[in-house]
Amino acid sequence: MAVLNEEQEMLRDMAREWTVNESPVTEFRKVRASGEPEAFNRDAYATMAQMGWAGVIIPEEHGGSDFGFLSAGLVVEELGKTLTASPLVMNTVAASAIVLGGSDEQKARWLPRLASGEAIATLAVDEGPSHDPAKIETSVSDGKLSGTKAFVHEAHGADLFVVAAKDGLYLVEKGDGVALTTRKLTDQRSHADVTFDGAAAEKLANGGDNLLDDVLDRARVLTAAEMLGMAQQVFDDTLDYLKQRVQFNQVLASFQALQHRMADLFADLAQMRSAVEAGLQAVDAGFGVARAATIAKAEANRVMHTMANEGIQLHGGIGMTDEYDVGFYLKRARVLEQSFGSSSWLKDRFSKLSGY
Amino acid sequence: MATQIEPATQTDEDAFRAEVQQFLADNFPAELKGQSNALAGVDGPTNETPAQTKWREAVGARGWGTPTWPKEYGGGGLTKAQAKIIDQEFAKAGAYNPIGGMGVMMFGPTLLEYGNEAQKQEHIPPICRGEIRWCQGYSEPNAGSDLANLQTFAEDKGDHYLVNGQKTWTSGGQWADKCFAIVRTDKSDKHKGISFMLIDMDTPGVEVRPITMISGTSPFCETFFTDVKVPKENLVGEEGQGWTIGKRLLQHERTNISGGGSLARLMGQSLGDIAKKYQPTGADGELADAVLRDKIADFEIRWNSFLLTARRAMEESKAAGGVSEISSVLKKLGTKLSQERSELLIEIRGLQGLGWEGDGFSDGELGAVRAWLFGKATTIYGGSTEIQNNIIAKRVLGMLDHQ
Ligand SMILES: Cc1cc2nc3c(=O)[nH]c(=O)nc-3n(C[C@H](O)[C@H](O)[C@H](O)COP(=O)(O)OP(=O)(O)OC[C@H]3O[C@@H](n4cnc5c(N)ncnc54)[C@H](O)[C@@H]3O)c2cc1C
Repeated sequence: MAVLNEEQEMLRDMAREWTVNESPVTEFRKVRASGEPEAFNRDAYATMAQMGWAGVIIPEEHGGSDFGFLSAGLVVEELGKTLTASPLVMNTVAASAIVLGGSDEQKARWLPRLASGEAIATLAVDEGPSHDPAKIETSVSDGKLSGTKAFVHEAHGADLFVVAAKDGLYLVEKGDGVALTTRKLTDQRSHADVTFDGAAAEKLANGGDNLLDDVLDRARVLTAAEMLGMAQQVFDDTLDYLKQRVQFNQVLASFQALQHRMADLFADLAQMRSAVEAGLQAVDAGFGVARAATIAKAEANRVMHTMANEGIQLHGGIGMTDEYDVGFYLKRARVLEQSFGSSSWLKDRFSKLSGY
Repeated sequence: MATQIEPATQTDEDAFRAEVQQFLADNFPAELKGQSNALAGVDGPTNETPAQTKWREAVGARGWGTPTWPKEYGGGGLTKAQAKIIDQEFAKAGAYNPIGGMGVMMFGPTLLEYGNEAQKQEHIPPICRGEIRWCQGYSEPNAGSDLANLQTFAEDKGDHYLVNGQKTWTSGGQWADKCFAIVRTDKSDKHKGISFMLIDMDTPGVEVRPITMISGTSPFCETFFTDVKVPKENLVGEEGQGWTIGKRLLQHERTNISGGGSLARLMGQSLGDIAKKYQPTGADGELADAVLRDKIADFEIRWNSFLLTARRAMEESKAAGGVSEISSVLKKLGTKLSQERSELLIEIRGLQGLGWEGDGFSDGELGAVRAWLFGKATTIYGGSTEIQNNIIAKRVLGMLDHQ
């Protein structure tokens, strides 16, 4: 666990208390049951914003607390533990694009509203089902943006899209020229293909040539933080279960074969936590971000993948039931695993970054 | 099983092949071409179309759905070589075997071995005709891996037993006509107190409650028995022999889960071919994503060696006379590989491979997602992978129980 300052500890404790008491997995079940494509509870998100969570990476002058990504990650990790459905991750990532690349006017216009929860933003980059930011066809002429973005997370609740076009990132407001087609995935959260047809677009002109990569790295570390919370929770639940389930007149936890499995997962989880925290810290330090974010997401993918499978396997039959929560983690895990870099994409990027 | 005469010459085989071809021409409804047996599984209600009924009845009347089972009980009475010809010709014609389910996969072979004459006469023919659906009443809330800990009790009432208790995870319980169950007839001995009996699902006192699974369907149930009367003639084998019989049935189950049915169907569908539809390729048609390509090749190589292992094991166990502990190895390997395959399909398809519902996904894509989720159960049921490992270590390798 990274060394936290007092503010960060308070933030984490507050997030933990709120998610456990106000947003346990039963809240996610309600969201699922509602069948709304938006797939989050607006009141809950308003509360989260009131607690300052939507503005953690936004500068104070624009209504945020400027605590940084490690702090944002602490909150997101807690949300991941209880599968809290909200646009917080995507809103944070989209806000970071404006922080990095927006003009003073764009910042003043959007950041206070994104920090207060009054408006919600998301990021739209990929144009196919696999993450591939090198393959972008969306283009802009005369301030009009056209193209189709695939599987945009939290698209239904978004007032503002940060859209990757061939020549950079643009801000597009929902409305004329923006059409959503819902894509329902296993995680039962908000995803949509978004078609922009000559939608009014404003360029984020200040972020330099690496703006898209910088923003995607922020998406990678925050997604990894959500996965870290999920993995931790699956691990804790599985360990609890093994300690109480009796077969062959003894608790399952007493079987050495299972003890070793849990020991392996424990070690994996330690690696995942180090990688994720280092990714978040690198963003805050502004140094070695690409490499650290790649490692963070790659380790998150690897460990979460195994953790979800082992969680089900070690629960036995009840792990296969909808009544039990562990299946939800599996279904969310794979969606996140395929977002902002699959394992093979990340390994390729890591090799390139390392010069081989 | 009755002794069978091997066909002596190639001409016999050719003649039989011609007979199968003629049978298909006469009986297989063209509209069913390419379908799979919707009723063989345990995951759906019985709603046959008239064509499906016709096809099931035609195959059932010949006993060709259970080709090697003895003729006197409604099987085909055929040799393995002839059964293979049926398989091949059906496959060529795009015809499925309409006779299936737990009766064929596990209960039938077990009853043929342990049942008395009257039981075989009563129960085997309807299985061969695909008329009766069986479910498996083994697991209980506190008897999963430790199956012998089962507590459902059958009290001796003279001419019948009175059964009380609860089974769980009963696949297809809500659609089944009958249940083969292991129950306790003696509380003083964990293993020798178990008996194998057959219970009609519509007997008063049998109640089922479907359970929803992570894949969104409800293919299994909790099954409750309250003062259920089971006639004594439904006891298979002797009282107290249930553990032996029940374990033999599990070997058939494992063999089916790993090699026999579901996995074999996947043969020939190369992941590489699927990947080329979803992923960019280079000048020579090679997958551009080298890491993914490596993963697919790694998988396909191990998958091939699994199929070879399954075939070799089948041949060896045939020589040794029946299923054996190698079924544990096959079950463990086959289920793990098919899970890996589902995961790789997701990687190949990206988010398009994680669809839950909606027009944006093909039926094949959506089916693969549900199969991926359901497939997580294959390393749990039929004796989990951990239990197979225990069996291999202790019974095959003779490693001592140290705990
Ligand atoms: C989809 C599905 C369909 C099923 N259909 C049927 C059916 O039709 N009829 C029926 O009777 N049952 C059925 N089952 C039940 C199945 O056989 C049991 O789930 C299985 O035996 C495991 O028992 P359990 O669920 O109680 O898990 P547990 O026995 O509680 O096991 C939990 C975990 O501990 C591990 N474990 C247990 N003991 C040991 C040990 N000694 N050493 C190491 N690891 C150990 C297990 O491998 C597992 O990973 C079905 C199950 C599923 C999921």
